[in-house]
Amino acid sequence: MTGRSTEIRRRTVDSGGLKLAVYEQGDPSRPTVLMVHGYPDDHSVWDDVAADLAVDHHVVRYDVRGCGASGAPGGREGYRLELLGQDLFAVADAVSPDRPVHVVAHDWGSVQSWEAVTAPGSYRRIASYTTMSGPCLDHMGFWMRHRLRRPTPRHVSQLLRQGVHSWYIGLFHLPVVAPAAWKLGLARLWPRVLNDLEAVRPRPGHPQRTLAKDAVHGIELYRANMRPSIARPRERHTEVPVQLITLQRDHYVAEFLSEGLERWAPRLTRRTLNATHWSALLEKGPTVAALVREFVARDHGALRQEPSEGGELVVVTGGGSGIGRATALAFADQGARVVVCDRDLPAAQRTAELCALSGVKSGAYQVDVSDGAAMAAFAKRVAADFGVPDVVVNNAGIGHSGTFLETTDEEWRRVLDVNLWGVIHGCRAFGQLMVDHGRGGHLVNLASAAAYLPSKVLAAYATSKSAVYMLSDCLRAELAPHRIGVSTICPGIVNTNITRTTTFSGLDTDEQAAKQARVSKMYARRGFPPEKVAAEIVRAVRTGKAVVPVTVEAKAAKLLGRISPGLLRLGARINAG
Amino acid sequence: MKQRGQLPRFPFDERDLAKFREVQQLAYHCAEQVAAWIEPGVTERQATAKLRRSLVRAGVQDFFHVPFAWFGDRTAFRHFHTPLQFFAGSRVLREGMPYVLDCAPVVDGYTADIGYGGKVGENPVWDRLAQDLRVYRELILREVKARRTLDQVYAAVDAQIAEHGYDNRHQVYPGRVIGHQVTRTTARGPAGVNLFGFGVRTLQTLGRELVKERLEGRSPLWAGGRASRHAPTPGLWAVEPHIGFREVGIKFEELLVVTDEDAYWLDDDLPHVRRWALQEGTA
Ligand SMILES: NC(=O)c1ccc[n+]([C@@H]2O[C@H](COP(=O)([O-])OP(=O)(O)OC[C@H]3O[C@@H](n4cnc5c(N)ncnc54)[C@H](O)[C@@H]3O)[C@@H](O)[C@H]2O)c1
Repeated sequence: MTGRSTEIRRRTVDSGGLKLAVYEQGDPSRPTVLMVHGYPDDHSVWDDVAADLAVDHHVVRYDVRGCGASGAPGGREGYRLELLGQDLFAVADAVSPDRPVHVVAHDWGSVQSWEAVTAPGSYRRIASYTTMSGPCLDHMGFWMRHRLRRPTPRHVSQLLRQGVHSWYIGLFHLPVVAPAAWKLGLARLWPRVLNDLEAVRPRPGHPQRTLAKDAVHGIELYRANMRPSIARPRERHTEVPVQLITLQRDHYVAEFLSEGLERWAPRLTRRTLNATHWSALLEKGPTVAALVREFVARDHGALRQEPSEGGELVVVTGGGSGIGRATALAFADQGARVVVCDRDLPAAQRTAELCALSGVKSGAYQVDVSDGAAMAAFAKRVAADFGVPDVVVNNAGIGHSGTFLETTDEEWRRVLDVNLWGVIHGCRAFGQLMVDHGRGGHLVNLASAAAYLPSKVLAAYATSKSAVYMLSDCLRAELAPHRIGVSTICPGIVNTNITRTTTFSGLDTDEQAAKQARVSKMYARRGFPPEKVAAEIVRAVRTGKAVVPVTVEAKAAKLLGRISPGLLRLGARINAG
Repeated sequence: MKQRGQLPRFPFDERDLAKFREVQQLAYHCAEQVAAWIEPGVTERQATAKLRRSLVRAGVQDFFHVPFAWFGDRTAFRHFHTPLQFFAGSRVLREGMPYVLDCAPVVDGYTADIGYGGKVGENPVWDRLAQDLRVYRELILREVKARRTLDQVYAAVDAQIAEHGYDNRHQVYPGRVIGHQVTRTTARGPAGVNLFGFGVRTLQTLGRELVKERLEGRSPLWAGGRASRHAPTPGLWAVEPHIGFREVGIKFEELLVVTDEDAYWLDDDLPHVRRWALQEGTA
């Protein structure tokens, strides 16, 4: 047994063509603890923690790409978080194919592990996560946004203090300077730096011999990821239990950076350790090992049995065509399970089949969204067959053109029944499910640029869309405390089937057909594909964006409505039909 | 609609058709040889070289156009910005990738123009596309038999593509064509010499046809625009519906016979047709 725990077994794991150097210790039948080191370290920074845990765990470490004995990617692109996250899964799959692993990470290793931990369905591969001194960059992006938007004195001071802590990141973005510093002697001085600033006593074998090279490669980590993640943070949630160990004397990551982390990682345990950024691992290894041992031993099993087993679940109404079908496919492409409903069952089934080609589960149902009872039954059915959805896209809608006086009662009713009542029924049935479930979610409602762009020939249609817009604004406020987001999508002219089914007031059948053909041609010539709207919808869900105009005309109209509403009102007189 | 010129009479006899059928069989046969040989690690250029060699060995003297091979997402013409990208490149075939081979041998002036889709390893998206491709072969024949104008047939194919949830990839070809007329090349330019990928004799013949047909208000190229707003011209058409989903594209290309009052596919004994029959048998 002792032999097993001290002997280190080397192997290489292929991650998308790149070779990662992996180091295993301990009995493979014990729970696997996977350690990810930071910058500018390699796996040896874990020596003490690993030795301690290997007595009763299967301990696995690897050199992250660009470091130690692992391969280095060609360019900056090769250091993107997405790839770093994939590396972690590749190693986990290789060393523990049948059971999820317990991840422990430090510094940049922690930043990149967050990428894996917050990937949809990650709980299938990751049993728990212990993080030290490395926030999720997306969480940090939201953290900063939140404080920049609400600059109370406390927030401003936090921003400034974290800014001071992060001085070196700015430095790392400078060309030449940072690599040169490492090459010209910083690497040799490193033990002194650790000793004087970090209270780490010099020791044999540390730092690694490849330090200068590793440090230069690692600069790409910052350059490839800091700016995009902070500027455009994605909503990254996780169901994985997370243990945050805050290091009290950390010079680089301030404690208050983790304020509100519960929003993203609801199963959070907070611990503090009196240590510096590096002394935690190099001086207090056994203490860290004890915290990990305790956390790994906890029974995390319970939650994994819940219905959202199998990953994100997305429902799309009117998913048989156009924007709805494209949205279903876009979510399926990201690994989500997708349920579509439509009036047209074969069309919905076709969408479900295409989704299944991405290797995800999917379902199709025939539902008329304007029928409240049918929608309530549909929501129940979905909950029973698949679970409570994480995302619901109320997309089904119909087009109609006609001035106010031309539009008959019958036509008004049809447009409002589908476009407005369809959304009301959808939000009510699924919103209630989400609230009861208590795990948040996201509702997406398809309005239109017509919601804020008046036109005399779109009286009923624009009214229905404007109502959806306001409904969403009210609902967003109501559902915020339940962590349910609401997004309103306002597309302009999109090339879909809608023009072939749009009806026109006051025209006989032949005239209708001619008009439909003419408008269809115009929409086709504009040529804006529904896939681009779908991509915006996915992005709105990931970033929690409230109102999303899509296409230039929709954006321009929104802007014009702000700077010159009178002009919009004048424009409404044009016969655009 | 403007009055069009009288349609010409069907220009081929049984012997001609037999010859065309023979060349088309030969082309598909060579494509199948390459398909049997192809494996991960091969580049597009190696595949076209192999295809050309096996065609020449089978007695081909000239090409309507140079052989093409597309691997991976290039089968769906993703990220194609210039026509130069159609030419075989250094893309390496990997496990799970789809591929398309396209060649157009000429023997004694008889031309075939074929497209062969395949995959190495597992690819469920390809399987689905390959199965659905059948719908297009049947649809095109049905529409042409009903004497719908060529632009209407094109639109019907587009509507089917939309219903399937795929996208139209033949619109990436120069002129957005789904097909083109095939005649006996009788030009006297040097055989085996090509310009922009097309044989010199092809260009001579095609040029002459373009002018002649244009004068009659018809086009030897079959696309979705005004130029194709005419009934199917009797003769032979190489038809190549090309559909795509995500990173996967597939097509077939084969000769459609349009007679004075009917239409039929020149040959049903082709790899994709056999594959469908086989699936039907096992389903
Ligand atoms: N296409 C555009 O230019 C555009 C612009 C702005 C907003 N929108 C909105 O986007 C949404 C999607 O439109 P699209 O362009 O994809 O149209 P589409 O016609 O291509 O697809 C709409 C789908 O909804 C289904 N549907 C219609 N009524 C239904 C009902 N009562 N119950 C269930 N399903 C029903 C249809 O069968 C169809 O499959 C609509 O709400 C539309 O108003 C579209």
